[in-house]
Amino acid sequence: MKHDKIERNLGLLMVLTMLAISVGGLVEIVPLFFIKDTVETVKTADGKEMIRPYTPLELRGRDIYIREGCYTCHSQMIRPFRDEALRYGHYSLAAESKYDHPFQWGSKRTGPDLARVGGKYSNDWHVQHLIAPRSMVPESVMPNYPWLMSPLDTSDIADRMSALRITGVPYSKGEAEYRQNVQTFGEEVAKMLRIEDAEANLRAQAVSGNYDNNPNDITEMDALVAYLQVLGTMVDFSKFDDDYFVQFR
Amino acid sequence: MTTASVTANEQYNYEVIRKFAIMTLVWAVVGMLVGVYIAFELAFPVLNFDIPYITFGRLRPVHTGAVIFGFGGSILFATSYYIVQRTCQARLFSDGLANFTFWGWQAIIVLAALNHVLGFSQGREYAEMNWQIDILIAIVWVAYIVNFVGTLMKRKESHIYVANWFFIAFLLAVALLHIFNNLAIPVSLTSPYSYSLFAGAQDAMTQWWYGHNAVGFYLTAAFLGMMYYFVPKQAGRPVYSYRLSIVHFWALIFMYMWAGTHHLHWTAIPDWTSTLAATFSIMLLLPSWGGMINGIMTLSGAWDKLRTDPVMRFLIVSLSFYGMSTFEGPMMSLKDVNALSHYTDWTVGHVHSGALGWVAMISFGALYHMVPKLWNTRMYSDKLINVHFWLATIGILLYITAMWISGIMQGLMWRAFDDFGNLQYSFVESVAAMHPFYVMRGIGGVFFLTGVLVMCYNMAKTIRQGKVEPAGAVPAAA
Repeated sequence: MKHDKIERNLGLLMVLTMLAISVGGLVEIVPLFFIKDTVETVKTADGKEMIRPYTPLELRGRDIYIREGCYTCHSQMIRPFRDEALRYGHYSLAAESKYDHPFQWGSKRTGPDLARVGGKYSNDWHVQHLIAPRSMVPESVMPNYPWLMSPLDTSDIADRMSALRITGVPYSKGEAEYRQNVQTFGEEVAKMLRIEDAEANLRAQAVSGNYDNNPNDITEMDALVAYLQVLGTMVDFSKFDDDYFVQFR
Repeated sequence: MTTASVTANEQYNYEVIRKFAIMTLVWAVVGMLVGVYIAFELAFPVLNFDIPYITFGRLRPVHTGAVIFGFGGSILFATSYYIVQRTCQARLFSDGLANFTFWGWQAIIVLAALNHVLGFSQGREYAEMNWQIDILIAIVWVAYIVNFVGTLMKRKESHIYVANWFFIAFLLAVALLHIFNNLAIPVSLTSPYSYSLFAGAQDAMTQWWYGHNAVGFYLTAAFLGMMYYFVPKQAGRPVYSYRLSIVHFWALIFMYMWAGTHHLHWTAIPDWTSTLAATFSIMLLLPSWGGMINGIMTLSGAWDKLRTDPVMRFLIVSLSFYGMSTFEGPMMSLKDVNALSHYTDWTVGHVHSGALGWVAMISFGALYHMVPKLWNTRMYSDKLINVHFWLATIGILLYITAMWISGIMQGLMWRAFDDFGNLQYSFVESVAAMHPFYVMRGIGGVFFLTGVLVMCYNMAKTIRQGKVEPAGAVPAAA
């Protein structure tokens, strides 16, 4: 066929263009929704999933992380290199962000990677560092976030969990889904995933955790620090052989 | 394309193009001003002033949105409407739809900026707009497609000019990317918040399929369409090789879609996707350079214009930057280079050599060619065009040099070991080492922005001059 034909036939040009631009995505992305090994299964010895959805408080913390655009300067994706292993810890598994809607792997490290920041610093350190980073790290270029000490809006937490439930995150509605979660994650986790108890669970975790060192109010700081403290802590790597996860790469 | 006539203004809808051209200037100033500001925030964090709305994290999408969708979008609407009418010798399909795309698109940019400042971000790069704005974008985009394709259907010349192929690919690809990348479940019908339908690895793949091809189609294919009209026009010569344009068109639009995953090298995605993307990225060098060669060689036999015609200088230098950044890109997509460059300022420098050097420079060239014709006059000052050219060029060079140095230095510092096998530097030592280069980058941005302000002054004078003089006083060259 002479190319001249395409140059004179608008319909043909558009159809062929559409075909040309569709192939790449169809071959490279669509299979990832169906290939099982794309996301590893990471279980404890007694068959419970190690990686769980975020608790209501952690979820709200993640919302704040997104609101402030933290991903524009911090990645959450450790690469399998020796220097990154020393600096940040075990490389990130796909499974560790299986409940991340959207993913927050980031593309730039103006600040350090946060994929395993959980447990590295105390709550008090985080609070002080978020309010005034240069009081902790003089060379830091991070903005101050003093407004994080304002009260946390918890009114739409059930709606948020319901929306995530539609995307496939196993937050439970009703007894059947709850019992399923008990089987998958164990009772303690399953209780936190009940949409019916979302607000109560959120408050209970904020009060008992007292992440912001302010026992009277539930603040945005409570939520954000709770989120930061859980990052990268769900998988217990001591339970696996060193090269166990290589088969999934 | 060769008819010279003062009735051009009635034959074509220039009104909407004039409006888009003016908004191109406005968004260039806004977007680049914000860019300069956040560049200095990274050098001097006190500039965040403890105000939530102007922190780096919230202003960064305002910057990218205003320059990509505001400045880039407005010039694409302006030039595509200009080119499609002139190459088809037909008036736009619908003046109503044209106006709708103008007001709709401008509303989107303003709403998006408010969205980012208020913190309603979706948390995905270059797609931070919330779900309501996404729906608005889809509606305006469909109107744009209908208007553009409708105009092509009215064409008097049976042959569809090559610039329009690129615009077609751009229109279709952006629709596809925008819709699939923004699939999300809203928290409620009244809430600005939503959660992406996809998670983790799949979400990352979708996002970078979008992100990379926003570059490939929005910032490349469409601007190549612009190049295929304005370079031959300004040079007064036909396109160098028609055959080359056919080959590189199909190769470019086919291959770009495979390459997005190179943004995810060494991350938790299957290795084969990463390898495939790197392979296509390297192959992509060929169609990219095909376009560059076709553009630059169009000038063969008229090289003296580089000395005498400042507009030509913008167009040719933009193609040179296009060639440079499309060489740098495939190189950075090699896994071993990427291991060093990823997460560093090198990526930021690479983006800007494309965005400032290619996208902005060719847009300036197109504006300098088009605006006098739209207002039926001559540019107010050729000397100021030249001043703008040098300010812009110096600005870009400062910018990308700073980012090369800081990026490579960061990458090397992060992976440096001492004699005992320990990490040689703490992370914050690399942050401190960036400071002088962040200042230098900011200064580069100031140069570039100053150039844009010079252009705005020149344009304002030109437009005033065009309005004062009666139409037809200056012979319009079509």
